[in-house]
Amino acid sequence: MPDGLPPNVLPSDGLVIVAKRDCPTCVLIEPVMQSLDRAGPLAVISQDDPTFPAGVGQVIDDHDLERSFRFNIEAVPTLIRLKGGREVERTVGWDRAEWTRLAGAAAAGDGLPAWQPGCGSKSVEPGVHETLVARYGDTGLKARAIAVGEWDDPIEACFERGWSDGLPVVPPTDDRILRMLGGTERKPDEIVGNIPPNLAPCTVEKVAINAVMAGCKPEYMPVVLGVLEAALDPLFVLHGLLCTTHFSGPLVIINGPAAKAIGMNSGVNALGQGNRANATIGRALQLIVRNVGGGLPGGMDRATLGNPGKYTFCFAEDESDPDWEPLAQRRGIAAGKSAVTLFHGEGVNGFIDQKSRTPEELIRSLAMGLFGVGHPKLCLAGNAVLVLAPEHYKIFKDGGFNRRRIEDELYKALKRPGSELIRGAQNIAEGMPPSFADKMVDKFQPDGLLIVRAGGEAGLFSAIIGGWPGQAVRDECQAVTHEIR
Amino acid sequence: MNVALKLRDPTAETSPTRRARLAPPPSVAGKSVALMDIGKARGSEFIDRLEGHFKKAGVATRRYRKPTNTKVAPTDLLQKIAAENQLAVIALSD
Repeated sequence: MPDGLPPNVLPSDGLVIVAKRDCPTCVLIEPVMQSLDRAGPLAVISQDDPTFPAGVGQVIDDHDLERSFRFNIEAVPTLIRLKGGREVERTVGWDRAEWTRLAGAAAAGDGLPAWQPGCGSKSVEPGVHETLVARYGDTGLKARAIAVGEWDDPIEACFERGWSDGLPVVPPTDDRILRMLGGTERKPDEIVGNIPPNLAPCTVEKVAINAVMAGCKPEYMPVVLGVLEAALDPLFVLHGLLCTTHFSGPLVIINGPAAKAIGMNSGVNALGQGNRANATIGRALQLIVRNVGGGLPGGMDRATLGNPGKYTFCFAEDESDPDWEPLAQRRGIAAGKSAVTLFHGEGVNGFIDQKSRTPEELIRSLAMGLFGVGHPKLCLAGNAVLVLAPEHYKIFKDGGFNRRRIEDELYKALKRPGSELIRGAQNIAEGMPPSFADKMVDKFQPDGLLIVRAGGEAGLFSAIIGGWPGQAVRDECQAVTHEIR
Repeated sequence: MNVALKLRDPTAETSPTRRARLAPPPSVAGKSVALMDIGKARGSEFIDRLEGHFKKAGVATRRYRKPTNTKVAPTDLLQKIAAENQLAVIALSD
């Protein structure tokens, strides 16, 4: 270090090399760095080991990667020439011709190969760059900052501010939000829609913040955004679903390549716990409604009992059988596209049938189970999702029943004489209005029964998920299916 | 407050960042008031005076005392106060 730079100071007219010991090319050119130090002035910014390179006077410890970030280093070694304190030139990796052109004969590196590529800078490793932007750069985030004291637990701070659904949330720090935003190409300030009940505008950034809190990974963002857009379809009536006294909440069903790409569960325990994508995508939607929309239980959410699915209720359809027409295609989405279907689900009702062996037997049996949705004597007052487990599906498949056939046969089996259903019939006050007495009455609206395949290989157990009475007004309220962009 | 961490607001930002204090009740009539002695010197004298005022006004009171003034009140004591009363006065003194 001929000119004796003070510690941690870069030469205003000279060379800077950014390097790390973990990079074989950086180790290879250690003699070149020593030679350049003798020619001086030189500073080496060392990302992982302040004792590397040996024999160089000015080695700046960059464990915190601030210098690497500020120099926008993408690979090491990077040789930079400074003039008047400003960068005038740089070269990346080891290339004798470039290094000698930029730094002179001292950079010749006699005996070394003429060229060798470098390694990725630690400052651009996955997840690191966003942390550095949060620490040293301009995040561009618009949501207001909330300070948490040094002795406060950030998870408790989120609880205290009412941001949680009752379970701990991941504290939404800038680095996490930036990583989440990295999962979508959409601009952070783009408004996705107005979230009921307060009809507050919700930006992509707010979606990302709530997705962080829900525990999502960045790659879930396109699905979360698709789910939210579907939920805001006026036909889904999210406001009404939120404020109802009924059990229902949004049930999210994902179809297509996106479900596979993010590892969603459509198999064993598909409606249960244990899969991050299933758990957190449904939760993100609920947190957005709570936090952005202001939909709080006991406030605008007037559910008498609610259901556990209001924490999260999300799964993927099993599309492994090419003979099966997936739900999204049945509802108009092109094959090969990803889609979300949102339904007003009240919770899981187990359906057991371990004796039926023919499709006809199973249709009759399923119809009996489906009559129970809402109330056995109520019809056209709420739809249903039938989650067909593999062993039940096999009975249909072996008997030559495809989706359309199952739907048609169930539709026929779900008709009953109104005389059995009207109020007072069977000595039960609840029931259909007297005007139905002379009609055959369908249990569900046309297309009101959504059949989806999911579940583990073993078990003659399917699931019936009852809908919401709001679906009775078909033109105003239905399940919705949207393509995920 | 020494700030250790900055979080971003997940809400629509329609309320202030500082949480508002609970509004005082319009009336204490019919309510039970917890009188909490935190154990500091002469705190009990202050509580005695308050108790007298409440009694004159016909307001029910219940007295509680922290086991030690050097630590925060134990959870079961706070739960008992919340279960038995609608309002609380915590006496500081010295």
